[in-house]
Amino acid sequence: MASSSDTAGQQHPLGIYYKIWVLLFVVSAFSYAVDYFDVQGAMRWTLVIVFMLIKAGFIIAIFMHAFWERLALCLTILGPPGVLLLLISFMAVEGGYTSGTRYDYMGHDPNAVALTPAEVHGTGEDHGEGDVAAEAH
Amino acid sequence: MSEAAATSVSPNDGVTGLVDDWTADKQAYHVPWGKAMMWIFLVSDTFIFSCFLTGYLNVRMTTTEPWPPQSEIFSLNFLGAPVPLLLIAIMTMVLITSSGTMALAVNYGYRGDKKKTFWLIAATAFFGATFVGMQAFEWSKLILEEGVRPWGNPFGAPQFGSVFFMVTGFHGLHVSAGVIYLMWVAFRIRAGYYDKKGFEIVEIAGLYWHFVDLVWVFIFAFFYLL
Repeated sequence: MASSSDTAGQQHPLGIYYKIWVLLFVVSAFSYAVDYFDVQGAMRWTLVIVFMLIKAGFIIAIFMHAFWERLALCLTILGPPGVLLLLISFMAVEGGYTSGTRYDYMGHDPNAVALTPAEVHGTGEDHGEGDVAAEAH
Repeated sequence: MSEAAATSVSPNDGVTGLVDDWTADKQAYHVPWGKAMMWIFLVSDTFIFSCFLTGYLNVRMTTTEPWPPQSEIFSLNFLGAPVPLLLIAIMTMVLITSSGTMALAVNYGYRGDKKKTFWLIAATAFFGATFVGMQAFEWSKLILEEGVRPWGNPFGAPQFGSVFFMVTGFHGLHVSAGVIYLMWVAFRIRAGYYDKKGFEIVEIAGLYWHFVDLVWVFIFAFFYLL
């Protein structure tokens, strides 16, 4: 949004595209590394969301040229989706309430663990948690 | 300065520019109309995908059954040992590769290098088609080998299947439509259709393609990683 733009198309040096391209590969590799090295808990959420925002930001700013567009267009693009954050936070609050009441009154086990493919196919050790699987079949 | 000269001066930037653009009785966006319309379409598409992902957030929070372990379910055997999420990582890299070739295509389009533009767009479409092919493989593996259905699966919460088929299906549909759109644009470029009109079309098609990649960034993070 910094430079003066005219009605002509977006034309920028090739170098910036190559740099962002490489950066996207590296950040994607970092995201994947989070899963590969099995990082869990708050650290997993933080890393995955930070890497996601970096990637999304560079795609919108550089590849989609939003950085060089005029403020009127940028706000049209980013303003309405920004309001979605309100929807997401409302649904998160509502979801927390719903799951809370379900665990409290419907007798589900909040600490139940899902089955892995190895357990379902019988190649792994049996942890005795097959009741959920039996229901789905 | 005369009236005629004053109108040819390039418009103001920043907040002053914003006020000028919206208050005067004139054109609001100083971009080709096709590009403005593509942006409006992408904003509406953002709302569709956001509704899917917000719905996913809600069912995942409210389901009382445990969420299936994505990392193991989407693992792929490589050299005899299962590597977690391998296929999805490759699909992500393929899509980023296609985004890069598309960005280059836009650049060469504005330079009027039709040959390079054609081949770069063709490469983008090829990577897009590869992505869809890998997704078809992923779907058939999940349906036939793992027994995942939109209404249930052997691992845990049945909502896993509904969200998976809905979100990745809709995204795959966007990629498929993008491949067709890109090839259509590429062949029209080669036929000389845009020689006089200008090559904004490459940037407009590029916006759509980068958006598809952008949506995948969010799906990759929220559905596969978290």
